[in-house]
Amino acid sequence: MSAREAILNKVRSSLGTAPSDAARAETVAKRLADAPAGVIPARGQLADKERVALFCEMAEKVSATIDRVKKPADVPKAVSTYLRARNLPASVRMGADERLRAMPWSGVKSLEVKSGRADPEDEVGVSHALAGVAESGTIALHSGTDNPTTVNFLPEHHIVVVDAKDIAGDLETVLSGLRQRFGKGKMPRTLNLITGPSRSADIQQTLLLGAHGPRALHLIVINGG
Amino acid sequence: MQISSPAFKTNARGALADPHLQEALGHVRSGFIDKRQKAVDALPEFDALRESARAIKDHTLAHLDLYLEAYEEKVKASGGHVHWAETAADARSVILDICRAVGARTVTKGKSMITEEIGLNEFFEKEGIRPVETDLGEYIIQLRGEHPSHIIAPAVHLTRDQVEADFRRAHNHLPPTRDLTEPASLLSEAREVLRAQYFAADVGITGANFLVAETGSSIIVTNEGNGDLTQILPRVHIVVASIEKIVPTLADASQILRVLARSATGQEMSVYTTVSTGPRRPEDPDGPDEYHVVLLDNGRSSMLGTEFQDMLRCIRCGACMNHCPIYHAVGGHAYGWVYPGPMGAVLTPSLIGVDKAGHLPNASTFCGRCEAVCPMHIPLPKMMRHWREREFARGLNPATQRYGLKAWAFFARRPRLYRLAASFAIPALSAFGGARRRFRYLPFAGGWTRHRDLPAPESRTFLQQWRDRETRKQEART
Amino acid sequence: MRQETLKRPRVGLFVTCLVDLFRPTVGFASVKLLEEAGCEVEVPMAQTCCGQPAYNSGDREDTIAIATNTIKTFEEYDYIVAPSGSCAGMLRKHYPALFKDHAWEARAAAFSAKVHELMSFLVDVMGVDAVSAAREGNVTYHDSCSGLRELGIREQPRRLLGSVLGLKLKELKDSDVCCGFGGTFCVKYPDISNKIVEEKAANIQASGADTLLAGDLGCLMNMAGKLQRQGADIEVRHVAEVLAGMDDGPAIGGGER
Ligand code: SF4
Repeated sequence: MSAREAILNKVRSSLGTAPSDAARAETVAKRLADAPAGVIPARGQLADKERVALFCEMAEKVSATIDRVKKPADVPKAVSTYLRARNLPASVRMGADERLRAMPWSGVKSLEVKSGRADPEDEVGVSHALAGVAESGTIALHSGTDNPTTVNFLPEHHIVVVDAKDIAGDLETVLSGLRQRFGKGKMPRTLNLITGPSRSADIQQTLLLGAHGPRALHLIVINGG
Repeated sequence: MQISSPAFKTNARGALADPHLQEALGHVRSGFIDKRQKAVDALPEFDALRESARAIKDHTLAHLDLYLEAYEEKVKASGGHVHWAETAADARSVILDICRAVGARTVTKGKSMITEEIGLNEFFEKEGIRPVETDLGEYIIQLRGEHPSHIIAPAVHLTRDQVEADFRRAHNHLPPTRDLTEPASLLSEAREVLRAQYFAADVGITGANFLVAETGSSIIVTNEGNGDLTQILPRVHIVVASIEKIVPTLADASQILRVLARSATGQEMSVYTTVSTGPRRPEDPDGPDEYHVVLLDNGRSSMLGTEFQDMLRCIRCGACMNHCPIYHAVGGHAYGWVYPGPMGAVLTPSLIGVDKAGHLPNASTFCGRCEAVCPMHIPLPKMMRHWREREFARGLNPATQRYGLKAWAFFARRPRLYRLAASFAIPALSAFGGARRRFRYLPFAGGWTRHRDLPAPESRTFLQQWRDRETRKQEART
Repeated sequence: MRQETLKRPRVGLFVTCLVDLFRPTVGFASVKLLEEAGCEVEVPMAQTCCGQPAYNSGDREDTIAIATNTIKTFEEYDYIVAPSGSCAGMLRKHYPALFKDHAWEARAAAFSAKVHELMSFLVDVMGVDAVSAAREGNVTYHDSCSGLRELGIREQPRRLLGSVLGLKLKELKDSDVCCGFGGTFCVKYPDISNKIVEEKAANIQASGADTLLAGDLGCLMNMAGKLQRQGADIEVRHVAEVLAGMDDGPAIGGGER
């Protein structure tokens, strides 16, 4: 008997059920198909403006920094302002995201934009978020050529562009958006839900930012208004 | 790992006498409790979410075989591999085979209690593979050759000074004159040292907080980002998880995530919640080429259908130990195996046997604080009592305790004898207490009087006095 | 007048073995408080102990024998009241679990539903919100675990203490943390128990109170024993003694130094 059979048999005998029990199988199939939502906190269920405001507030609470710009074309300048304010080299790493690529990067003098996955020398990464979650100030990013996962973790500074219209009230809304994009039951290789910059409290319970991932998470919110 | 649970009492005595440990434990008492309370208070739906989380796990456990099958199918569909392991040894050899197949020499590891449970690091070292723990706390204790003393804060038993000393000893390629007084400088140094390891590793191993049947995904929750670098940089990502980590859907995982971080560290959400599904896709610029899941049973299946089934709802948040007066007093190592605190006191006897871990469910005052904070509503004291019942039934507890208890129960079962004996003994004991009205020492009560005085009985028993009073009343009336 | 006497609830006082043997004053104080609240109080002689030591040691057989005796002795009353959160918790919360699938299941459940801890009975059932006692000074209050977490007793004793003339309540830091007693725990693991009660004693001393009160004699004896071993000048009493104005005799373990 394979280990698989042995374990499944033991589970069944402990539960006192038979593999042929059709009612159980149906219950499980239905639950997987319906994926019922549970309790959704009221906190994020707000009108557009308030929802974006809550997202920013929650993100700042966990030490992310926020910049709000009017339109996508304003992003490159905002990035360059961020770099200068922190004395960072004028070089960023970025994937192939069309929304990012459509922005006027050449309008910012002497800013180098490197493409592809991140490497250890990169100090700043720029990504475009799939979505934001207002209830917790979380951003969602997924793997692929558009926004390689290494960009989320290797650079010391991670700048993430979030479109206000992609900010949802709760996590479940973002996950069902993902289901629509990739198909039911299918997922990209990696989905990152990121809430603030990397941190650790492992040394004497002292909270420190920048453990292994980015020391700084900077969110540029395009509010379109 | 060596089991020292039978020596719990000795371990505890050592822990109480260790000034570094006691200083560090002071930080546990102050660190976690207020933060959790604040986070709970800030979310009006917290209790409703606890109920929801509990119901999800109960449903899953009742259909575990089916969800495991559904999960496996989805992992395969996304290009991953599932390996089933009945025991710790089986899991180790499956993992070794995967590592050998890619000629792995260095393996990075995200924080995972399950690999502690199967003793993976010691095993790797014996097999000539270098395991590198990447979570800061895990890294520190690996340098010290220790094991975690807490399930989410593995190095919580150490002070800053001790960490500095370890870094100076281990990182001897760095200038000895460097300044490491600030915790931040210790963190930067660890970050530098570990960066190189991520790139050197052939295989990255993580645990899982959840396995999602709907999508075949594994989910890890971390704050440092080490679990992510561990899984996206090496060629192979191995997830080691026990079978009860399954949840039906992503929506279900979301429910439990909301209570997990709040209960663990008082965060609304941990920094990184990462959902991993299969290996990298052909067009992906990064991510592992291979994705393996090792599904470990190691005793869980036999907890199903017993009075210990509820323990399988545990999401390893650590709230129970953060609120436990026993844990606060002695720390995690005294428990003598992988899982400390109240959850360990219930789980450990299931996994290594109550004959070895018998002290753990006994070393509790049943104060109930663990159950009150457990996000999954696990009745921890009740299950500790079940272990005591099993021990009692097998005659495993010490003879002196049994006889003492039996002698007391003899009287408690017989009201007349109880009153008679008490009416002689109590006034005598009361008189013996003298003018001080308490004892500094009393034979047979050494456990009590070693550390505190024993108040003497006031006078005659209440029942004696009451009966006299009633008799007098009766006489007055007639 | 006669009508009223008839309506008075009949309360069986479960005095608890510790109070019976060590601190009868708490029993008399309980009777007084219950009578003042309008109850007719009886103390059945056939009572012994709630069975918790056996129950918590895993000895189900003895526990059931003891519990059977308790139920038989008390089930005729309208209410069963105990001056202890721990014992009341045992009778109210654990008896039903103990008799699950047992011939006495329904009988145990009916009994348990009538059990109350003294403070919560006075406030929640009898609607008492003030007592007529007086005591000058600062007291602090420890929330014993079972009472707090099994029975939700927190506000009731504080409400009643608030009505005691001249009394000031100084809240105790970590008043909801265990004192380290834990029944047989304190003699099975004396070193750990000691560490816990040391913390408790430090908080009690830091509260600035001259008197420590609580609702469970086991915890009180533990904390009193520690404070006295440390030579602290703090009186320790059951909360009922103060509320009943029966607090002029020697405190728990309190005699000459
Ligand atoms: S038993 Fe409950 S509180 Fe303890 S770790 Fe598990 S889920 Fe958390």
